[in-house]
Amino acid sequence: MLIDTSATGLIQVEEGVKILPPNVIVTTFDKIINWGRLSSLWPTTFGLACCAIEMMAAGASHYDFDRFGIIFRGSPRQADCVIVAGTVTKKMAPVVRRVYDQIPEPRWVVAMGSCACTGGVFRTYSTVQGCDSFLPVDVFVPGCPPRPETLLEGMILLQEKIRKERARWSPWR
Amino acid sequence: MAVTEVRLSIHTPGLNPKDISEKIKEKFPDQVIDVAEFRDQVSVIVKKDQIVPICKYLHDDPLMSLDHLQDLTAVDYLKKKDVRFEVVYNLYSIRYRHKIRIRAQVPENDPKISSVVPIWAGANWHERECYDMFGIVFSGHPDLRRILMPEDWEGFPLRKDYPLIGPEFEKDWPGFVEVVNKAKELKEFEWEG
Repeated sequence: MLIDTSATGLIQVEEGVKILPPNVIVTTFDKIINWGRLSSLWPTTFGLACCAIEMMAAGASHYDFDRFGIIFRGSPRQADCVIVAGTVTKKMAPVVRRVYDQIPEPRWVVAMGSCACTGGVFRTYSTVQGCDSFLPVDVFVPGCPPRPETLLEGMILLQEKIRKERARWSPWR
Repeated sequence: MAVTEVRLSIHTPGLNPKDISEKIKEKFPDQVIDVAEFRDQVSVIVKKDQIVPICKYLHDDPLMSLDHLQDLTAVDYLKKKDVRFEVVYNLYSIRYRHKIRIRAQVPENDPKISSVVPIWAGANWHERECYDMFGIVFSGHPDLRRILMPEDWEGFPLRKDYPLIGPEFEKDWPGFVEVVNKAKELKEFEWEG
């Protein structure tokens, strides 16, 4: 049976979201799932160098990640994304990869700081030249170290990326 | 009155570093090669064979009592000096507040020196780092393994002839090559949005 939406009183509040007053909302799976994911983005704490100090500052009360639903978790198994904050050495690379592998799907990676993005000033025998060599990085946050505002911008960019995802909840994606 | 005595002993004037070098020269005349002085810092350059007796003497002598090993490291003088390596001991007396630097020459073809762990237990990790970075073997060390680099790393990175950017990817540390290859392998299973 087809429903004539104009007759039922559905009101379009934004593109793809209609509400039937007072409390019925009609939308797509994409929209509701992406909204849920980006509104409670839990990163696992993975500080490797001085960037970790800025990451901690971003999480503390002054910059306050919590107001975006970003709450740091102590375990990758309870997290949605990982912020690789600092210099990744070759010796540490297997550990970083293991942390990433332990995060349940769907998962995202933010490379924070020059070192995690490109190796930074450390073009040396012991440093990985960018953690994208072994991780699928979604957002690169440059800076040495980036200010908390910059990391915040990176996380907001990640949220915008999640908002645009299509059918990442489906087995037939 | 014990407290006063301790205070008095804290203010005991130390020796001039030059005097300490003279004492070493007196005690081990055939071991001291040279005494270098730069901005009141005195270095005694010695042969490596008697390094343990020299350190033991400096540590135990009541007038010197150099009981604190501030740092132990090495320097690579590739193509700058005839003897390639020098192991550097920075010694300090907590009681007298004087210090001295001992530099022991270690040749490239036989990079071995006796361990000073029996004298200063704190030398343990310093010597491991020194071995890790320069490949200098400390004989008599209780646990001489690499401390910073992975245990199956090849080469000694702080040697002057070691390339700064390290080996080619194919010849890189197997642990890292494995991670990169595994990441390539798993890429097709990534959940793309």
